[in-house]
Amino acid sequence: MKRPNRTAFFLLVAALLGAGAFLTWYRHVTFEVPFLPGERRQVWSVEAQIDFIAMGEAVTASLAVPGSQPGFELIGEHTASPGYGLAFVENNGARRAEWSIRRAEGRQTLYYRADMMVDPETLEDKVGVPPPIRQVVRDGGPQATAAAQLLQNAEARSANPYTLARELIHEFNQETQTARLLEQEKPRGEWLVELLNQAGVAARVVLALELEDGRRRQSPVQVLQVFDGERYALFNIRSGRQGQRANLLLWEYQSGSLLDVVGGRNSEVNFAMILQEVPINRMLEAGVLPAAQHFLDFSIHSLPLSEQTLFKGILLIPVGVLIVCFMRIFVGLRTSGTFMPVLIALAFIQTSLVTGLVGFLLVVAAGLMIRSYLSKLNLLLVARISTVIISVIIIIAAFSVLSFQLGLTEGLKITFFPMIILAWTIERMSILWEEEGPKEVLVQGGGSLFVALIAYVAMSHPVVRHLTFNFLGLQLVMLALLLVLGNYTGYRLSEFRRFRPLVERG
Amino acid sequence: MRALLDRLFPARAMREIGVLGMNGRNINYISRYNSRQLYPLVDDKLKTKQLALEHGVTTPELIGVISAQHDVRRIAELVKGHDGFCIKPAKGSGGKGILVVARVEDGRFFRTNGTEIPLIDLQRHLSNVLAGLFSLGGAPDVAIIEALIRPDEVFRDYSYAGVPDIRVVVFQGVPVMAMVRLSCAASNGKANLHQGAVGVGLAMDTGRAVCAVQRNRPVFIHPDTGHPLDGLVIPHWHALLELSCACADMTGLGYLGVDLVMDRERGPMLLELNARPGLAIQMANGTGLLPRLRRVEAEPRIVKAGVRERAAFAARHFGTRPAAIAAVA
Repeated sequence: MKRPNRTAFFLLVAALLGAGAFLTWYRHVTFEVPFLPGERRQVWSVEAQIDFIAMGEAVTASLAVPGSQPGFELIGEHTASPGYGLAFVENNGARRAEWSIRRAEGRQTLYYRADMMVDPETLEDKVGVPPPIRQVVRDGGPQATAAAQLLQNAEARSANPYTLARELIHEFNQETQTARLLEQEKPRGEWLVELLNQAGVAARVVLALELEDGRRRQSPVQVLQVFDGERYALFNIRSGRQGQRANLLLWEYQSGSLLDVVGGRNSEVNFAMILQEVPINRMLEAGVLPAAQHFLDFSIHSLPLSEQTLFKGILLIPVGVLIVCFMRIFVGLRTSGTFMPVLIALAFIQTSLVTGLVGFLLVVAAGLMIRSYLSKLNLLLVARISTVIISVIIIIAAFSVLSFQLGLTEGLKITFFPMIILAWTIERMSILWEEEGPKEVLVQGGGSLFVALIAYVAMSHPVVRHLTFNFLGLQLVMLALLLVLGNYTGYRLSEFRRFRPLVERG
Repeated sequence: MRALLDRLFPARAMREIGVLGMNGRNINYISRYNSRQLYPLVDDKLKTKQLALEHGVTTPELIGVISAQHDVRRIAELVKGHDGFCIKPAKGSGGKGILVVARVEDGRFFRTNGTEIPLIDLQRHLSNVLAGLFSLGGAPDVAIIEALIRPDEVFRDYSYAGVPDIRVVVFQGVPVMAMVRLSCAASNGKANLHQGAVGVGLAMDTGRAVCAVQRNRPVFIHPDTGHPLDGLVIPHWHALLELSCACADMTGLGYLGVDLVMDRERGPMLLELNARPGLAIQMANGTGLLPRLRRVEAEPRIVKAGVRERAAFAARHFGTRPAAIAAVA
């Protein structure tokens, strides 16, 4: 008999809409963030997080930092390091950031961020100075003979410095005995450089980051940089694959160390990266990304990068939730588990659509088969679901191994699916199957997948990603929409079908 | 253009008939008239039974309750002396988890369709009930063992392997619409419309069939017995209406589905209550709920009246001409 106060409700909705619209407009006007991802350049923000434990004395930390390079132009650098003095040191081409403090104790965290603008035009440009070629003269010994043999084999099958490098790595992978003998003396990278030098090719081992949007806790990989005159190519020293230059950011390229810490222990560097679309006009004006954050700038861009990458995903969830609500309240689609479609859609974003879809169907189908056997065993519910969870893990492991053996590395992405969700899906579907028959399983399973697909399309759309990440005010707008949707008392689309006989009879 | 839209989305026609939709039911009736704290009374069949006992409402005989896993072994002992029984999860919904044992012979159990159900399967079903497989949100549950209902002779020709039950939607204490659900072969002996049972709408003044549907399509004879449905009249109709009013009073819920059965010996009995009654009753009656609900809302006086008066109000205002079936049959 309680009648909710409509006025208060609509005031709340209006307030949310107003606040959301104002924040969005404010961000648009003040920070010149465009509403559409239009004429813009891609900027990779890469953040290095240095952690170490200071031992209560003077501390110096020196981190190799990148500079402009073919394909990437350094447009801004920021550091966060409370209490530390900072200097950028340049030493024959190698740039390093050096932090120093008189006394520090306990856990220390230092941040360094570089904004690199993707510049495809310079990607094929010449590079400065190749490293000098140093020919080492070896006086016999089993290693020298073995190395000479490898080089000879590789040279016979190659035509230029790049093919020589590739064949050399191939030799190392093929002649495992010899490779092991050589690697006892020094790491493979150094051998490759030495042998290439021997053949008159300039090369060095550099540290590079594989760029992928939204990655956290990444480590740089060792890459072989091989020069052909004034150009160069990058090779993975394990697989011999030539690297995509557009996706590899050279971080340290003077064969120096990545990080030196004096006065601390347990030091480590982790990288987080995020891809931003920045309008050209703003870059022309400011030259760099805005560093200072305004009080009213309710954006998550003031957070450290690793948190930003998290939020880039989290802020998409309301979009998925809104779609699920719309589908259930307005369309009347039945899904199994209220928000399971959102979780599936999130998994699809990680796995890419086709892989995710195939993987999901395979795992659920295999799970249903196992579950149909379990239902004969007369287990208690909790134990049965736990069994299903373990089965799901085994199935996922089996599929990963299988697809890897078949050479389908895409299949490995199946591990991105939340296992508990998969297990519950299987359990529910199985009960549904037993009680209502396979048709209902198809209806609800299909409904969930359909909603998940729509949510995936929306959540992976560039405009949606751009809007949710750049305009926090839109979250309030979505909240208001949800409130209104929650008050919709009209018919659902599915009810037009359901009640049609009534209309036709009357 | 307008006509095409109306054909595709017959919202206007549905509003004219007064069809209540899912969203409208949830917001305008359930969340407005049913206060949350009263839900446990109807969501837990054991509590409903106790409440009915206090208010002198007849319910099927309780044989026993199994509430712990180690009692599951005692089931054979518990039902000794009964030639049939039925297991229900106390917190089950939508007829989920109800297992009917129609016959017990020398310690062997048989379903309604005559197939034997081994003791081990019976015990597994009980463990599933206790683990909460059939309850809302998977909460741990207890199993209720009830004696079987012997349906009234009237239903002999209208029922296949199951007990027909009568659903009355009671709004603010006033019965507004009713139907009887007849189990059939297609529904596996279950009396739930979405499982394929036949729903027969009832005139509120006489308890006579007005219209019938199966799987949303009109039917005129019982699919298994072949008996025409228009001859179906529920006996003791007014006692039944008053019983449904009394059930609404004892719970305090404003929008309630009351499920009643007619026992051969003990007369009308309360089977279970539902705080979220479904919308299929509109299909069975061939008309919408909204005009009747609004009629009650427009008359605040009747809401406070006694049981007898409210039942009479329902009979006076919501009686439907028994035309729909008769015309065709």
